[in-house]
Amino acid sequence: MRVFEKNPLEKGLAERLREHGVSRRGFLKFCAATASMMALPPAMIPAIAAALERARRPSVIWLSFQECTGCTESLTRSHAPTVEDLILDLISLDYHHTLQAAAGEAAEAAREQAMRDNHGNYLLIVDGSLPGPDANPGYSTIAGVSNYAMLMEAVEGAAAVIAVGTCAAFGGLPAAAPNPTGAVSVMDLVKDRPVVNVSGCPPVPMVITGVLAHFLTFGRLPELDEYHRPLAFFGQSIHDRCYRRPFYDKGLFAETFDDAGARAGWCLYRLGCKGPSTYNACATMRWNSGTSWPIEAGHPCLGCAEPRFWDAGGFYVPLSVPTGPAQDYLLAAGALGAVVGGVVATSARGRVKAEAAVRQPVTVEELEQKL
Amino acid sequence: MSGLSSIPVRVAADGDACHGNALAILHEVRHALERLISTGEATRIDLHALPFGAGDEAWLTALLGTGEVLATIEALGPTSVQETAIPGVWLVDYRNAEGQRLALHLEVTCIPAILRTQCRELDTAVATLDTRLSTATPGGSHPLS
Ligand code: SF4
Ligand code: SF4
Repeated sequence: MRVFEKNPLEKGLAERLREHGVSRRGFLKFCAATASMMALPPAMIPAIAAALERARRPSVIWLSFQECTGCTESLTRSHAPTVEDLILDLISLDYHHTLQAAAGEAAEAAREQAMRDNHGNYLLIVDGSLPGPDANPGYSTIAGVSNYAMLMEAVEGAAAVIAVGTCAAFGGLPAAAPNPTGAVSVMDLVKDRPVVNVSGCPPVPMVITGVLAHFLTFGRLPELDEYHRPLAFFGQSIHDRCYRRPFYDKGLFAETFDDAGARAGWCLYRLGCKGPSTYNACATMRWNSGTSWPIEAGHPCLGCAEPRFWDAGGFYVPLSVPTGPAQDYLLAAGALGAVVGGVVATSARGRVKAEAAVRQPVTVEELEQKL
Repeated sequence: MSGLSSIPVRVAADGDACHGNALAILHEVRHALERLISTGEATRIDLHALPFGAGDEAWLTALLGTGEVLATIEALGPTSVQETAIPGVWLVDYRNAEGQRLALHLEVTCIPAILRTQCRELDTAVATLDTRLSTATPGGSHPLS
Protein backbone atom coordinates (compact mmCIF):
# COMPACT_ATOMS: atom_id res chain seq x y z
CA MET A 1 0.00 0.00 0.00
CA ARG A 2 1.12 3.51 -0.77
CA VAL A 3 2.99 5.39 1.96
CA PHE A 4 2.20 9.08 1.88
CA GLU A 5 4.85 11.72 1.36
CA LYS A 6 5.93 13.72 4.34
CA ASN A 7 7.56 17.10 4.50
CA PRO A 8 11.00 16.45 6.06
CA LEU A 9 11.14 20.01 7.43
CA GLU A 10 7.97 19.61 9.43
CA LYS A 11 8.33 18.60 13.06
CA GLY A 12 7.11 15.25 14.31
CA LEU A 13 4.20 15.01 16.72
CA ALA A 14 6.31 14.16 19.78
CA GLU A 15 8.44 17.25 19.25
CA ARG A 16 5.39 19.47 18.77
CA LEU A 17 3.76 18.10 21.91
CA ARG A 18 6.96 18.61 23.87
CA GLU A 19 7.12 22.22 22.73
CA HIS A 20 3.57 22.60 24.05
CA GLY A 21 4.74 21.42 27.47
CA VAL A 22 3.42 17.87 27.15
CA SER A 23 5.74 15.55 29.06
CA ARG A 24 6.99 12.16 27.93
CA ARG A 25 4.47 10.52 30.25
CA GLY A 26 1.75 12.62 28.60
CA PHE A 27 2.97 11.39 25.23
CA LEU A 28 2.91 7.76 26.39
CA LYS A 29 -0.59 8.25 27.69
CA PHE A 30 -1.57 9.70 24.35
CA CYS A 31 -0.11 6.59 22.70
CA ALA A 32 -2.08 4.31 25.06
CA ALA A 33 -5.28 6.17 24.18
CA THR A 34 -4.41 6.03 20.49
CA ALA A 35 -3.84 2.25 20.61
CA SER A 36 -7.19 1.82 22.30
CA MET A 37 -8.79 4.09 19.70
CA MET A 38 -7.24 2.13 16.83
CA ALA A 39 -8.43 -1.13 18.40
CA LEU A 40 -4.82 -2.29 18.57
CA PRO A 41 -3.50 -4.31 21.51
CA PRO A 42 -1.50 -2.43 24.17
CA ALA A 43 1.56 -4.43 23.12
CA MET A 44 1.60 -2.14 20.07
CA ILE A 45 2.10 1.00 22.20
CA PRO A 46 5.91 1.16 21.75
CA ALA A 47 5.50 0.82 17.96
CA ILE A 48 2.79 3.52 17.99
CA ALA A 49 5.04 5.79 20.05
CA ALA A 50 7.91 5.28 17.61
CA ALA A 51 5.66 6.03 14.63
CA LEU A 52 4.04 9.06 16.27
CA GLU A 53 7.47 10.51 17.04
CA ARG A 54 7.79 11.08 13.32
CA ALA A 55 4.13 11.66 12.40
CA ARG A 56 3.34 14.79 10.31
CA ARG A 57 0.08 16.66 10.00
CA PRO A 58 -1.77 15.51 6.92
CA SER A 59 -3.99 18.04 5.19
CA VAL A 60 -7.63 16.99 5.35
CA ILE A 61 -10.47 18.20 3.17
CA TRP A 62 -13.94 17.15 4.31
CA LEU A 63 -16.85 17.33 1.88
CA SER A 64 -20.45 16.95 3.06
CA PHE A 65 -23.05 15.97 0.47
CA GLN A 66 -26.51 14.42 0.99
CA GLU A 67 -26.24 13.86 4.73
CA CYS A 68 -27.83 14.82 8.05
CA THR A 69 -24.61 16.02 9.77
CA GLY A 70 -24.96 13.10 12.18
CA CYS A 71 -21.49 11.87 11.22
CA THR A 72 -19.89 15.22 12.03
CA GLU A 73 -21.92 15.32 15.25
CA SER A 74 -20.53 11.90 16.04
CA LEU A 75 -16.95 12.98 15.34
CA THR A 76 -17.27 15.98 17.62
CA ARG A 77 -18.43 13.64 20.41
CA SER A 78 -15.18 11.73 20.20
CA HIS A 79 -13.27 11.89 23.45
CA ALA A 80 -9.92 10.26 22.88
CA PRO A 81 -8.01 12.30 22.09
CA THR A 82 -10.32 15.28 22.21
CA VAL A 83 -11.45 16.44 18.81
CA GLU A 84 -9.64 19.72 19.43
CA ASP A 85 -6.39 17.76 19.76
CA LEU A 86 -7.17 15.81 16.67
CA ILE A 87 -8.11 18.75 14.50
CA LEU A 88 -5.63 21.31 15.73
CA ASP A 89 -2.60 19.20 16.59
CA LEU A 90 -2.84 16.05 14.58
CA ILE A 91 -4.47 16.90 11.31
CA SER A 92 -4.73 20.11 9.38
CA LEU A 93 -8.47 20.30 8.69
CA ASP A 94 -8.41 22.73 5.80
CA TYR A 95 -12.05 22.57 4.77
CA HIS A 96 -15.20 21.41 6.57
CA HIS A 97 -18.49 23.28 5.93
CA THR A 98 -19.84 22.77 9.42
CA LEU A 99 -16.75 23.15 11.57
CA GLN A 100 -14.79 25.85 9.76
CA ALA A 101 -15.18 29.53 10.64
CA ALA A 102 -15.04 30.76 7.05
CA ALA A 103 -18.19 30.69 4.93
CA GLY A 104 -19.24 31.35 1.35
CA GLU A 105 -16.53 32.31 -1.14
CA ALA A 106 -13.81 32.42 1.52
CA ALA A 107 -14.56 28.80 2.44
CA GLU A 108 -14.46 27.63 -1.17
CA ALA A 109 -11.24 29.57 -1.72
CA ALA A 110 -9.71 27.82 1.32
CA ARG A 111 -10.65 24.45 -0.17
CA GLU A 112 -9.13 25.29 -3.54
CA GLN A 113 -5.97 26.62 -1.90
CA ALA A 114 -5.54 23.50 0.25
CA MET A 115 -6.09 21.28 -2.78
CA ARG A 116 -3.41 23.16 -4.73
CA ASP A 117 -0.89 23.27 -1.88
CA ASN A 118 -1.23 19.60 -0.99
CA HIS A 119 -1.94 18.18 -4.42
CA GLY A 120 -1.44 14.42 -4.40
CA ASN A 121 -1.13 14.19 -0.63
CA TYR A 122 -4.28 15.33 1.10
CA LEU A 123 -6.82 13.07 2.69
CA LEU A 124 -10.32 13.53 1.34
CA ILE A 125 -13.14 12.74 3.76
CA VAL A 126 -16.70 12.57 2.47
CA ASP A 127 -19.92 12.23 4.39
CA GLY A 128 -23.22 11.80 2.59
CA SER A 129 -24.12 10.14 -0.67
CA LEU A 130 -24.48 12.14 -3.86
CA PRO A 131 -26.62 12.20 -7.02
CA GLY A 132 -24.79 10.05 -9.55
CA PRO A 133 -23.57 11.28 -12.95
CA ASP A 134 -26.87 10.36 -14.60
CA ALA A 135 -29.07 11.97 -11.94
CA ASN A 136 -30.31 15.55 -11.82
CA PRO A 137 -27.33 17.42 -10.29
CA GLY A 138 -29.71 20.03 -8.88
CA TYR A 139 -30.70 17.72 -6.04
CA SER A 140 -27.55 18.66 -4.16
CA THR A 141 -25.09 21.46 -4.90
CA ILE A 142 -22.56 23.50 -2.95
CA ALA A 143 -21.77 27.04 -4.10
CA GLY A 144 -23.57 26.20 -7.34
CA VAL A 145 -21.30 23.21 -8.02
CA SER A 146 -22.87 19.75 -8.24
CA ASN A 147 -21.75 17.23 -5.64
CA TYR A 148 -20.52 14.96 -8.42
CA ALA A 149 -18.30 17.64 -10.00
CA MET A 150 -16.93 18.70 -6.61
CA LEU A 151 -16.11 15.13 -5.61
CA MET A 152 -14.38 14.31 -8.87
CA GLU A 153 -12.32 17.51 -8.75
CA ALA A 154 -11.29 16.87 -5.13
CA VAL A 155 -10.47 13.20 -5.76
CA GLU A 156 -8.02 14.28 -8.49
CA GLY A 157 -5.40 15.46 -5.98
CA ALA A 158 -6.30 13.20 -3.06
CA ALA A 159 -3.99 10.49 -1.76
CA ALA A 160 -6.96 8.54 -0.46
CA VAL A 161 -10.65 8.96 0.21
CA ILE A 162 -12.40 8.11 3.48
CA ALA A 163 -16.17 7.72 3.18
CA VAL A 164 -17.58 8.44 6.63
CA GLY A 165 -21.02 7.08 7.43
CA THR A 166 -23.28 4.58 5.72
CA CYS A 167 -24.56 7.21 3.24
CA ALA A 168 -21.09 7.93 1.84
CA ALA A 169 -20.05 4.30 2.13
CA PHE A 170 -23.09 2.54 0.68
CA GLY A 171 -25.72 5.14 -0.31
CA GLY A 172 -27.60 5.12 2.99
CA LEU A 173 -31.02 6.62 3.59
CA PRO A 174 -30.88 8.97 0.55
CA ALA A 175 -30.57 5.84 -1.60
CA ALA A 176 -33.55 4.12 0.05
CA ALA A 177 -36.20 2.93 -2.42
CA PRO A 178 -37.32 4.60 -4.61
CA ASN A 179 -34.07 6.63 -4.41
CA PRO A 180 -35.54 9.88 -5.76
CA THR A 181 -32.20 11.70 -6.10
CA GLY A 182 -30.35 8.85 -7.82
CA ALA A 183 -28.02 8.70 -4.80
CA VAL A 184 -24.84 6.65 -5.09
CA SER A 185 -21.92 5.97 -2.76
CA VAL A 186 -18.40 7.34 -3.04
CA MET A 187 -17.11 3.86 -3.85
CA ASP A 188 -19.51 3.71 -6.83
CA LEU A 189 -17.72 6.70 -8.36
CA VAL A 190 -14.11 6.63 -7.19
CA LYS A 191 -12.18 3.85 -8.86
CA ASP A 192 -8.62 5.13 -9.10
CA ARG A 193 -7.90 6.06 -5.47
CA PRO A 194 -7.96 3.96 -2.31
CA VAL A 195 -11.39 4.29 -0.66
CA VAL A 196 -11.92 3.45 3.02
CA ASN A 197 -15.51 3.03 4.18
CA VAL A 198 -16.18 3.95 7.80
CA SER A 199 -19.79 2.86 7.87
CA GLY A 200 -22.41 3.30 10.57
CA CYS A 201 -25.39 5.57 10.89
CA PRO A 202 -23.55 7.40 12.30
CA PRO A 203 -20.18 5.68 12.76
CA VAL A 204 -18.90 5.20 16.30
CA PRO A 205 -16.97 8.45 17.02
CA MET A 206 -13.87 6.56 18.12
CA VAL A 207 -13.89 4.61 14.88
CA ILE A 208 -13.74 7.82 12.83
CA THR A 209 -10.88 9.17 14.91
CA GLY A 210 -9.28 5.72 15.03
CA VAL A 211 -9.03 5.56 11.23
CA LEU A 212 -7.60 9.08 11.11
CA ALA A 213 -5.17 8.17 13.90
CA HIS A 214 -4.08 5.09 11.96
CA PHE A 215 -3.34 7.20 8.90
CA LEU A 216 -1.54 9.76 11.01
CA THR A 217 0.47 7.20 12.95
CA PHE A 218 1.56 4.83 10.24
CA GLY A 219 1.25 7.11 7.20
CA ARG A 220 -0.88 4.54 5.39
CA LEU A 221 -4.40 3.24 5.41
CA PRO A 222 -5.49 0.29 7.55
CA GLU A 223 -6.26 -3.19 6.27
CA LEU A 224 -9.76 -3.43 4.80
CA ASP A 225 -12.56 -5.98 4.46
CA GLU A 226 -14.52 -6.85 1.32
CA TYR A 227 -16.63 -3.69 1.75
CA HIS A 228 -13.50 -1.53 2.16
CA ARG A 229 -14.06 -1.19 5.91
CA PRO A 230 -11.08 -1.24 8.30
CA LEU A 231 -10.76 -4.75 9.70
CA ALA A 232 -9.62 -3.49 13.08
CA PHE A 233 -13.12 -2.10 13.70
CA PHE A 234 -15.30 -4.11 11.34
CA GLY A 235 -13.51 -7.45 11.46
CA GLN A 236 -15.90 -9.03 13.95
CA SER A 237 -19.67 -9.00 14.11
CA ILE A 238 -21.66 -7.28 16.82
CA HIS A 239 -22.88 -10.77 17.74
CA ASP A 240 -19.35 -12.13 18.17
CA ARG A 241 -18.54 -9.46 20.72
CA CYS A 242 -21.93 -9.06 22.34
CA TYR A 243 -21.98 -9.55 26.09
CA ARG A 244 -25.49 -11.08 25.69
CA ARG A 245 -24.03 -13.85 23.56
CA PRO A 246 -24.03 -16.43 26.40
CA PHE A 247 -27.84 -16.07 26.46
CA TYR A 248 -28.06 -16.58 22.70
CA ASP A 249 -25.93 -19.70 23.04
CA LYS A 250 -28.23 -21.03 25.75
CA GLY A 251 -31.35 -20.18 23.73
CA LEU A 252 -32.58 -17.55 26.21
CA PHE A 253 -34.37 -14.77 24.32
CA ALA A 254 -36.45 -11.74 25.25
CA GLU A 255 -39.78 -12.01 23.41
CA THR A 256 -41.04 -8.49 24.07
CA PHE A 257 -39.39 -5.30 25.29
CA ASP A 258 -40.77 -5.62 28.80
CA ASP A 259 -40.96 -9.32 29.56
CA ALA A 260 -38.97 -11.13 32.23
CA GLY A 261 -36.31 -12.08 29.67
CA ALA A 262 -35.83 -8.45 28.62
CA ARG A 263 -35.47 -7.43 32.26
CA ALA A 264 -32.98 -10.23 32.86
CA GLY A 265 -30.87 -8.97 29.94
CA TRP A 266 -31.42 -11.95 27.63
CA CYS A 267 -30.56 -11.99 23.95
CA LEU A 268 -32.57 -9.64 21.68
CA TYR A 269 -32.48 -11.86 18.59
CA ARG A 270 -36.23 -12.43 18.49
CA LEU A 271 -36.84 -8.70 18.83
CA GLY A 272 -35.08 -8.23 15.52
CA CYS A 273 -31.42 -7.92 16.53
CA LYS A 274 -29.24 -7.73 13.41
CA GLY A 275 -26.06 -8.28 15.45
CA PRO A 276 -25.29 -11.63 13.80
CA SER A 277 -25.07 -10.02 10.35
CA THR A 278 -23.63 -6.64 11.35
CA TYR A 279 -19.97 -5.79 11.51
CA ASN A 280 -19.14 -2.81 13.71
CA ALA A 281 -17.27 -1.90 16.90
CA CYS A 282 -20.20 -0.82 19.12
CA ALA A 283 -19.91 -3.81 21.46
CA THR A 284 -16.42 -2.86 22.58
CA MET A 285 -15.95 0.85 21.83
CA ARG A 286 -19.48 1.76 22.91
CA TRP A 287 -21.14 5.17 22.61
CA ASN A 288 -21.29 8.37 24.65
CA SER A 289 -17.69 8.35 25.82
CA GLY A 290 -17.73 4.60 26.33
CA THR A 291 -20.82 4.68 28.58
CA SER A 292 -23.03 2.11 26.89
CA TRP A 293 -24.32 0.94 23.51
CA PRO A 294 -27.70 0.10 21.98
CA ILE A 295 -27.86 -3.57 23.01
CA GLU A 296 -26.72 -2.72 26.54
CA ALA A 297 -29.57 -0.18 26.59
CA GLY A 298 -31.99 -3.00 25.69
CA HIS A 299 -32.52 -2.26 22.01
CA PRO A 300 -31.66 -4.65 19.19
CA CYS A 301 -28.97 -3.75 16.68
CA LEU A 302 -30.50 -2.30 13.49
CA GLY A 303 -27.56 -3.27 11.32
CA CYS A 304 -26.72 0.34 10.51
CA ALA A 305 -23.18 -0.37 9.32
CA GLU A 306 -24.24 -2.82 6.61
CA PRO A 307 -25.02 -2.14 2.94
CA ARG A 308 -28.77 -1.79 2.26
CA PHE A 309 -29.79 -1.94 5.93
CA TRP A 310 -32.30 0.81 5.12
CA ASP A 311 -34.33 -1.38 2.75
CA ALA A 312 -33.75 -4.75 4.42
CA GLY A 313 -37.14 -5.13 6.08
CA GLY A 314 -38.50 -4.37 9.54
CA PHE A 315 -36.08 -3.41 12.28
CA TYR A 316 -38.04 -5.53 14.76
CA VAL A 317 -38.38 -8.61 12.58
CA PRO A 318 -35.94 -11.38 13.52
CA LEU A 319 -33.31 -12.07 10.89
CA SER A 320 -34.59 -15.50 9.98
CA VAL A 321 -38.34 -14.83 10.06
CA PRO A 322 -39.16 -13.57 6.55
CA THR A 323 -38.21 -16.70 4.63
CA GLY A 324 -36.27 -19.19 6.71
CA PRO A 325 -37.08 -21.88 9.27
CA ALA A 326 -36.57 -19.58 12.24
CA GLN A 327 -37.36 -22.04 14.97
CA ASP A 328 -34.93 -24.72 13.78
CA TYR A 329 -32.35 -22.06 13.50
CA LEU A 330 -32.78 -20.85 17.06
CA LEU A 331 -33.06 -24.36 18.48
CA ALA A 332 -29.78 -25.31 16.84
CA ALA A 333 -28.06 -22.34 18.39
CA GLY A 334 -29.60 -22.95 21.78
CA ALA A 335 -28.94 -26.66 21.93
CA LEU A 336 -25.43 -26.84 20.61
CA GLY A 337 -23.90 -23.83 22.28
CA ALA A 338 -21.27 -21.33 21.32
CA VAL A 339 -19.60 -23.16 18.46
CA VAL A 340 -22.80 -23.75 16.61
CA GLY A 341 -23.91 -20.23 17.53
CA GLY A 342 -20.90 -18.88 15.66
CA VAL A 343 -21.68 -20.98 12.60
CA VAL A 344 -25.31 -19.89 12.70
CA ALA A 345 -24.20 -16.29 12.88
CA THR A 346 -22.04 -16.74 9.81
CA SER A 347 -24.82 -18.41 7.89
CA ALA A 348 -27.19 -15.67 9.06
CA ARG A 349 -24.91 -13.14 7.43
CA GLY A 350 -25.14 -14.90 4.09
CA ARG A 351 -28.85 -15.33 4.54
CA VAL A 352 -29.49 -11.66 5.32
CA LYS A 353 -27.60 -10.62 2.24
CA ALA A 354 -29.80 -12.84 0.11
CA GLU A 355 -32.93 -11.68 1.90
CA ALA A 356 -32.01 -8.04 1.57
CA ALA A 357 -32.19 -8.46 -2.17
CA VAL A 358 -35.80 -9.71 -2.17
CA ARG A 359 -37.41 -8.07 0.85
CA GLN A 360 -40.11 -5.47 0.47
CA PRO A 361 -39.69 -2.22 2.38
CA VAL A 362 -41.68 -2.23 5.61
CA THR A 363 -44.83 -0.10 5.62
CA VAL A 364 -45.91 2.25 8.39
CA GLU A 365 -48.91 -0.02 9.09
CA GLU A 366 -46.65 -3.05 9.50
CA LEU A 367 -44.37 -1.13 11.79
CA GLU A 368 -47.26 0.01 13.96
CA GLN A 369 -48.52 -3.55 14.22
CA LYS A 370 -45.14 -4.69 15.46
CA LEU A 371 -44.98 -1.91 18.03
CA MET B 1 -49.66 7.52 24.06
CA SER B 2 -50.18 10.90 25.69
CA GLY B 3 -46.65 11.81 26.72
CA LEU B 4 -43.38 10.67 28.21
CA SER B 5 -44.89 10.49 31.68
CA SER B 6 -47.17 7.68 30.54
CA ILE B 7 -44.21 5.43 29.70
CA PRO B 8 -43.58 3.20 32.71
CA VAL B 9 -39.87 3.50 33.43
CA ARG B 10 -38.42 0.92 35.74
CA VAL B 11 -34.84 1.38 36.91
CA ALA B 12 -32.92 -1.88 36.78
CA ALA B 13 -32.08 -2.91 40.31
CA ASP B 14 -28.89 -4.87 40.04
CA GLY B 15 -26.08 -2.64 38.86
CA ASP B 16 -23.72 -5.22 40.32
CA ALA B 17 -24.92 -7.99 38.04
CA CYS B 18 -22.06 -9.75 36.31
CA HIS B 19 -22.45 -11.30 32.88
CA GLY B 20 -19.62 -13.73 33.38
CA ASN B 21 -17.40 -12.20 30.69
CA ALA B 22 -14.68 -11.15 33.12
CA LEU B 23 -13.76 -14.68 34.16
CA ALA B 24 -11.77 -15.34 30.99
CA ILE B 25 -9.71 -12.22 31.66
CA LEU B 26 -8.75 -13.50 35.10
CA HIS B 27 -7.39 -16.66 33.50
CA GLU B 28 -5.44 -14.49 31.06
CA VAL B 29 -4.04 -12.55 34.03
CA ARG B 30 -3.02 -15.84 35.64
CA HIS B 31 -1.07 -16.84 32.51
CA ALA B 32 0.49 -13.37 32.39
CA LEU B 33 1.59 -13.66 36.02
CA GLU B 34 3.23 -17.00 35.32
CA ARG B 35 5.02 -15.43 32.36
CA LEU B 36 6.17 -12.49 34.47
CA ILE B 37 7.55 -14.83 37.11
CA SER B 38 9.33 -17.18 34.72
CA THR B 39 10.62 -14.78 32.03
CA GLY B 40 10.10 -11.27 33.40
CA GLU B 41 7.87 -10.44 30.43
CA ALA B 42 5.19 -7.85 31.20
CA THR B 43 1.65 -7.96 29.78
CA ARG B 44 -0.95 -5.25 29.23
CA ILE B 45 -4.64 -5.94 28.70
CA ASP B 46 -6.95 -3.19 27.42
CA LEU B 47 -10.11 -3.64 29.48
CA HIS B 48 -11.83 -0.90 27.55
CA ALA B 49 -11.76 -3.01 24.39
CA LEU B 50 -13.47 -6.06 25.86
CA PRO B 51 -17.10 -7.06 25.39
CA PHE B 52 -18.07 -6.53 29.01
CA GLY B 53 -21.67 -6.19 30.06
CA ALA B 54 -22.88 -3.97 32.86
CA GLY B 55 -21.31 -5.20 36.08
CA ASP B 56 -18.48 -7.25 34.55
CA GLU B 57 -15.81 -4.60 35.09
CA ALA B 58 -16.94 -3.87 38.66
CA TRP B 59 -16.91 -7.60 39.41
CA LEU B 60 -13.39 -7.97 37.99
CA THR B 61 -11.94 -5.01 39.89
CA ALA B 62 -13.67 -6.05 43.12
CA LEU B 63 -12.21 -9.54 42.79
CA LEU B 64 -8.71 -8.21 42.17
CA GLY B 65 -9.05 -5.95 45.22
CA THR B 66 -6.91 -3.01 46.29
CA GLY B 67 -3.21 -3.23 47.08
CA GLU B 68 -0.76 -0.92 48.82
CA VAL B 69 0.16 1.48 46.03
CA LEU B 70 -2.00 4.21 44.54
CA ALA B 71 -0.35 6.90 42.43
CA THR B 72 -1.81 9.69 40.33
CA ILE B 73 0.00 11.14 37.35
CA GLU B 74 -1.00 14.54 36.06
CA ALA B 75 -0.14 14.60 32.37
CA LEU B 76 -2.81 15.40 29.76
CA GLY B 77 -5.39 14.83 32.52
CA PRO B 78 -5.17 12.42 35.47
CA THR B 79 -3.97 8.83 35.24
CA SER B 80 -4.39 6.65 38.31
CA VAL B 81 -2.09 3.70 38.86
CA GLN B 82 -3.35 1.25 41.46
CA GLU B 83 -1.71 -2.01 42.46
CA THR B 84 -4.39 -4.61 43.09
CA ALA B 85 -4.34 -7.04 45.99
CA ILE B 86 -2.52 -9.44 43.65
CA PRO B 87 1.14 -8.37 43.66
CA GLY B 88 2.30 -7.49 40.14
CA VAL B 89 -1.22 -6.84 38.83
CA TRP B 90 -1.91 -3.12 38.31
CA LEU B 91 -4.94 -1.17 37.13
CA VAL B 92 -3.99 1.87 35.08
CA ASP B 93 -6.88 4.23 34.42
CA TYR B 94 -6.15 6.91 31.80
CA ARG B 95 -8.52 9.90 31.80
CA ASN B 96 -8.56 13.14 29.87
CA ALA B 97 -8.78 16.60 31.42
CA GLU B 98 -12.58 16.32 31.48
CA GLY B 99 -12.35 13.09 33.46
CA GLN B 100 -13.53 10.89 30.56
CA ARG B 101 -11.83 7.54 30.39
CA LEU B 102 -9.40 7.15 27.48
CA ALA B 103 -8.25 3.64 28.29
CA LEU B 104 -8.26 1.20 31.19
CA HIS B 105 -5.37 -1.23 31.27
CA LEU B 106 -4.56 -4.18 33.47
CA GLU B 107 -0.78 -4.34 33.62
CA VAL B 108 0.96 -7.43 34.83
CA THR B 109 4.41 -6.11 35.64
CA CYS B 110 6.66 -5.12 38.54
CA ILE B 111 6.14 -1.43 37.88
CA PRO B 112 4.00 0.14 35.14
CA ALA B 113 6.05 1.99 32.53
CA ILE B 114 4.20 5.26 32.98
CA LEU B 115 5.27 5.46 36.66
CA ARG B 116 8.98 5.29 35.93
CA THR B 117 11.03 8.41 35.26
CA GLN B 118 11.15 8.65 31.50
CA CYS B 119 14.72 8.20 30.26
CA ARG B 120 13.93 10.53 27.36
CA GLU B 121 13.44 13.37 29.84
CA LEU B 122 16.69 12.80 31.72
CA ASP B 123 18.48 14.89 29.08
CA THR B 124 16.75 17.97 30.48
CA ALA B 125 17.15 16.98 34.16
CA VAL B 126 20.58 18.48 34.77
CA ALA B 127 19.78 21.67 32.87
CA THR B 128 16.56 22.13 34.86
CA LEU B 129 18.37 21.64 38.14
CA ASP B 130 21.14 24.02 37.04
CA THR B 131 18.57 26.71 36.25
CA ARG B 132 17.03 26.30 39.66
CA LEU B 133 20.44 26.32 41.37
CA SER B 134 21.41 29.53 39.60
CA THR B 135 18.36 31.33 40.99
CA ALA B 136 18.50 29.74 44.43
CA THR B 137 19.51 31.79 47.43
CA PRO B 138 20.71 29.69 50.38
CA GLY B 139 18.40 30.11 53.34
CA GLY B 140 15.99 32.16 51.22
CA SER B 141 12.58 31.22 49.97
CA HIS B 142 12.26 28.31 47.58
CA PRO B 143 12.79 29.11 43.93
CA LEU B 144 10.41 27.93 41.24
CA SER B 145 8.02 25.28 42.45
S1 SF4 C 1 -28.50 -11.61 18.62
FE1 SF4 C 1 -28.06 -9.50 19.21
S2 SF4 C 1 -28.45 -9.38 21.45
FE2 SF4 C 1 -28.31 -11.55 20.86
S3 SF4 C 1 -26.18 -12.10 21.26
FE3 SF4 C 1 -26.34 -11.54 19.08
S4 SF4 C 1 -25.84 -9.37 18.98
FE4 SF4 C 1 -26.28 -9.83 21.15
S1 SF4 D 1 -25.67 -1.53 17.59
FE1 SF4 D 1 -26.01 -1.94 15.39
S2 SF4 D 1 -27.53 -0.41 14.70
FE2 SF4 D 1 -26.75 0.25 16.67
S3 SF4 D 1 -25.10 1.68 16.16
FE3 SF4 D 1 -24.16 -0.35 16.45
S4 SF4 D 1 -24.12 -1.27 14.37
FE4 SF4 D 1 -25.54 0.48 14.29
